[in-house]
Amino acid sequence: MTTTQLVLISLGVLIAVLTVVSVLGLLPSLRIVPDDTHFDFTQFRRISFPISATLSIIAIVLFFTHGLNFGIDFRGGTLMEVRAKSGTADLAQMRTTLGSLGLGEVQLQQFGGAADVLLRVAEQPGGDKAQQEAVDKVRAALGDSVEYRRVEVVGPRVSGELLGWGMAGLMLAIIAILVYLWFRFEWQFALGAMIANVHDIVLTIGFMSISQVDFDLTSIAALLTILGYSLNDTVVIYDRIREMLRRYKKMPMPQLLNESINSTLSRSIITHLTVTLALLALLLFGGHAIHSFTAVMMFGVVLVGTYTSIFIAAPILIYLGVGEHREDAREEAAPAKKNKA
Amino acid sequence: MLYFTRWKALGIILTALIVCLFAVPNFFPEARVKTWPAWAQRRLVLGLDLQGGSSLQLEVDSNYVKKEKLDQIRDDVRRVLREAKIVYTGLVTKGDAVEVRVKDADVQTTLAKLRDLAQPIGGLMGSSGQRDIEVADAGGGLIRLSIPEPAMIDRLRKTIEQSIQIVEKRVNELGTVEPIIQRQGNDRILVQVPGLQDPTHLKELLGKTAKMEFRMVDPSVPLDQAQQGGLPPDTEFLPAATPPPPGYVVKKQVLVAGGDLTDAQATFDQRTNEPVVSFKFNTSGARKFAQATQENVGLPFAIILDNKVISAPVIREPITGGQGQISGSFTVQSANDLAILLRAGALPAPLTVVEERTVGPGLGQDSIEKGELAAYVGSIMVVVFMLLTYRLFGVFANIAVCINVAMIFGLLSLLSATLTLPGIAGIVLTVGIAVDSNVLIYERIREELRGGRSPISAIDAGFKRALATILDSNITTFIAAAVLFMIGTGPVRGFAVTLGIGIITTVFTAFTMTRLIVAWWVQWKRPKTVPI
Repeated sequence: MTTTQLVLISLGVLIAVLTVVSVLGLLPSLRIVPDDTHFDFTQFRRISFPISATLSIIAIVLFFTHGLNFGIDFRGGTLMEVRAKSGTADLAQMRTTLGSLGLGEVQLQQFGGAADVLLRVAEQPGGDKAQQEAVDKVRAALGDSVEYRRVEVVGPRVSGELLGWGMAGLMLAIIAILVYLWFRFEWQFALGAMIANVHDIVLTIGFMSISQVDFDLTSIAALLTILGYSLNDTVVIYDRIREMLRRYKKMPMPQLLNESINSTLSRSIITHLTVTLALLALLLFGGHAIHSFTAVMMFGVVLVGTYTSIFIAAPILIYLGVGEHREDAREEAAPAKKNKA
Repeated sequence: MLYFTRWKALGIILTALIVCLFAVPNFFPEARVKTWPAWAQRRLVLGLDLQGGSSLQLEVDSNYVKKEKLDQIRDDVRRVLREAKIVYTGLVTKGDAVEVRVKDADVQTTLAKLRDLAQPIGGLMGSSGQRDIEVADAGGGLIRLSIPEPAMIDRLRKTIEQSIQIVEKRVNELGTVEPIIQRQGNDRILVQVPGLQDPTHLKELLGKTAKMEFRMVDPSVPLDQAQQGGLPPDTEFLPAATPPPPGYVVKKQVLVAGGDLTDAQATFDQRTNEPVVSFKFNTSGARKFAQATQENVGLPFAIILDNKVISAPVIREPITGGQGQISGSFTVQSANDLAILLRAGALPAPLTVVEERTVGPGLGQDSIEKGELAAYVGSIMVVVFMLLTYRLFGVFANIAVCINVAMIFGLLSLLSATLTLPGIAGIVLTVGIAVDSNVLIYERIREELRGGRSPISAIDAGFKRALATILDSNITTFIAAAVLFMIGTGPVRGFAVTLGIGIITTVFTAFTMTRLIVAWWVQWKRPKTVPI
């Protein structure tokens, strides 16, 4: 029996015990968030807005100065993952062998074990055929001394299209979500959510720029997921704000927002803990193939997403003029409330 | 909210059960599942990143297709004008158009004649009314014929369709397991071969047009003169596939083309024991070949593949049997490849590999193991966390999550969806987010309890309020997943699929299973307090 199996089995036993104890009602309650919190989140906007603005500007500056580490999906070229059959890869020798092929700079990087090497060949001039010739040359030069675990070759035309599609997809998602929120809420909510959204994406791109993780199709997937989850959170708070607006006609906006955020706080934190646990498992055990994907997601969902919903998406409604005309709206809202009850 | 009729409860449980049952075939070996009835055979397909294999994206050379069409137009113009006895000058292909100059007096008749060349796009059934050639009067007796954009797209589409058939034949000749060959966009073909570790050979096979021609050699022109360009108008210089000699001067007229071949096999020559390719013509090919060989006994003819001369044997006697063999310093492998190419037929246009992604079986296996481990650990941590936080209600949530995951696998199998490594990540994330619906409900119930409601009324109100929020918040994530599905390919698409399906099952379980479980508990216990 392997250690992994042992760990899994013992965890299984733990669950079984916990389940029985819970059913019998013997387990003490774990309160992560106290029941009645009254944090003044809206007041904090005087700090959070400048911080976010500064961070966003830094992220944008980073994007233009540092740039993103475009993976071959968007830049074209060849990526190979090889494992030396001898057990240890001789990087120096590989560098000399591959350097003499006339393919320009060949990046070699050891990762994982001593035998595993990640090999990057920049896009060759001369169109799609030149990329194919390059990969054939590398294969011929390394021959049978290595196991080819992964080979990816992306030609210049495809890489350009992939980047275009990725960006278009991101835009499309933002617009589709905006339209949906506009139908379900008022336009101010949709706008607020979109500002929060763009903020998330800008900060995450800044993170990718600093950490220089490969920016490829999976990163776009990560960005879209971050967008989805951050919105998920924002929508939960907005739903509550809308409900409060109907119920308390005269409560001042900052107080109303605070109550809404505080009453959903417990949910926000517990949900983020569960998502964090899931992501942590992927980050630690999911292998390097999805490592940058989960790292980006961890940053976006866990750090930025929660922060944005609480400190940006909700307080910004004050500036967008939500709830200013509630006295006038009383007649309209009253029958709606009656229906609900 | 907490009352279910017997039938409704039964319906919910049956739905969940049936969806879960679709996941069952995945737990049995493939050979065993094959013996089951067809409707029960659907199972998850592992993506190439998990089972290993090669994925190639090929692009049709659209410039070649355009050039072929323009050449054809030019030849047609020459023929039409000659038939109509119209004097013309400067018939050339210029950029994207064919240009010809006639006398001012002839312009109107020429335009009318040339417009007859244009065919409706999409044959007689085409309803667009558009034609495949645009004939325009450029003034000063100059007439320009160009191919409109829709006609070009139509032509590319047909080229792709023909190419796919040829590619299928060639890939199948390799004897691989269940390759996937499909069109991508207007001018691309996606070829996915599971289990293929080194696609070099496949790329070689697909990279050849395999246009086969039999033509006569013109031995009267010395080679050095030919290479300098001094050639009679009906001949051309073609390089040899295996020099020396560097090439041959061959007649432009084609005796027999590859389309007339019915069979080709790699064999060994009986005398020299060298690998050769033997071929058979169809009836019309055999007749043409017999006639040509009869007229040219003693002269060499050239066997040409993709504008390279493979060999140029001398005709010793008329070949009337419609059979022959090609010898040209082949290895066993290259003879085999040529036979495959000849059997499959020629591609209508050259294909270029624009993208290649290959995953070796070792990495695939590693990814499966790591993905599984991450999935187990992630799920277990979430389950333990829910138990610690909500105790009895945590048990309810965990039951709902288990059903949720089983339903995800059921739906994925039902759709024969592809499971990729990011797809596994999507499932793990779904577990994280699936409990969110429970968290929303439970936190709401607690709030209502604090507000002073009785247990049953608090649970009822909690569900009612939370479900609206669950729907709203999940639809936004679903939109993101849908967009990802549209733009993504391969592994990323696998992520979008699991995420999207996960959202659907999450909403379903939140609205039905969780409610049903809690409703039963309330009915059974009639609780005075809620242990939440």
